[in-house]
Amino acid sequence: MSLEFAFDLLLVLTMVWSAWRSLSATRLDRAIVMFIVFGLLMALAWARLSAPDIGLAEAAIGAGLTGALLLDAYGALQRREI
Amino acid sequence: MTAGLLFASVGVILFALGVAGVLLLEHLLRRILAFNIMGSGTFLVLVGLAQRNGIADPVPQAMVLTGIVVAVAATALALALARRLYVLTGKLELSQDDEA
Amino acid sequence: MKRLLVVLGAVCLIVLLLGAMHDLAPASVELHAAVAANLTASGVEHPVTAVLLNFRGYDTLLEIAVLLLALIVILAIGREEASNAEATVDVRLLVSPVLQTLAKLATPLMIMVAFYLLWAGSFRPGGAFQAGAVLAAAAVLLHLAELLPSWQSPGARLRLGLAGGFLIFLAVGAGSLMQGALLEYPLEQAGALILLIESGLTISLGLILAGLFLLLSRDDGETS
Repeated sequence: MSLEFAFDLLLVLTMVWSAWRSLSATRLDRAIVMFIVFGLLMALAWARLSAPDIGLAEAAIGAGLTGALLLDAYGALQRREI
Repeated sequence: MTAGLLFASVGVILFALGVAGVLLLEHLLRRILAFNIMGSGTFLVLVGLAQRNGIADPVPQAMVLTGIVVAVAATALALALARRLYVLTGKLELSQDDEA
Repeated sequence: MKRLLVVLGAVCLIVLLLGAMHDLAPASVELHAAVAANLTASGVEHPVTAVLLNFRGYDTLLEIAVLLLALIVILAIGREEASNAEATVDVRLLVSPVLQTLAKLATPLMIMVAFYLLWAGSFRPGGAFQAGAVLAAAAVLLHLAELLPSWQSPGARLRLGLAGGFLIFLAVGAGSLMQGALLEYPLEQAGALILLIESGLTISLGLILAGLFLLLSRDDGETS
């Protein structure tokens, strides 16, 4: 088993784990943070698939902007509940 | 097994995880998360499967790039609708008995 | 019961899809070879940009149209919301001066990075999408540092900026349709046309992506 394959395996296991956690976390804010982690791992996966263009876009849009949108929605919900 | 095939297989697992999440989770924000994970799985299958012989293929890469941007627009739209629903009904779940 | 059925269905889906994927015959069409063969005729040197803006330009045209549509729908939803949103207590967090200074320092750099990415897109990884995303990220950062207010209702200039990328793209598409085929650029002007479209796309994408955030966050900014 080469080092590259070992890294890929570790990466995909972490990806599936973070996706699972972001769906199963009991607290919504943790779920959203796990989703941002998942997005950053996706960016790494794109780099491993020799697709740096998608990696850049995923890091900025998939993790950054989507995460900001979700956290903002979560914050607005919390504020309305007060 | 090439990296492309490995990531495509994980894409399948993520897609199934996302489908199960969309069907089982009640909270709308969680459903939006599941929908995004479903989309990420699809993107991985699309690019990984095209590169299963190990050669980078720009055509699916460009399509996925488009797809990511459309996915964020869809997420923002879904969030806007969910927040509107919350303002109107005070709930973040779709009611089961809307026929009545 | 429902949970069991869904989990069972998901496992079946995984097994079937994995089986189908591992038995797949080699692709009969080598798309990457076709792209490499026609790269010199595309006007750019980076294959992904060539596919995005030349070979499959209509995908990108429709994509910017979809984004614009999403923004318009959010604008339509939010307007109503702003008019009958009840007043709630403002619990806005105090923003530290460190964050504000950092945001002020980072914004020019981010704009520079965006233009670098736009320029780099023609020969190496980068391009309008990434550049637009960085511009939008700068706007979100400024908003979080309370330096940029949420959008209540965009004015005429902002609307022009939002739609500009799509309109430039559409105009180039219409021009090429009269010349021959949709989005088929003449060889000499291909590079310049792609750069023109990409510049428009960068500005519009940045504004639209920032707008998605700034419009969604407005109901807990000024109105509540």
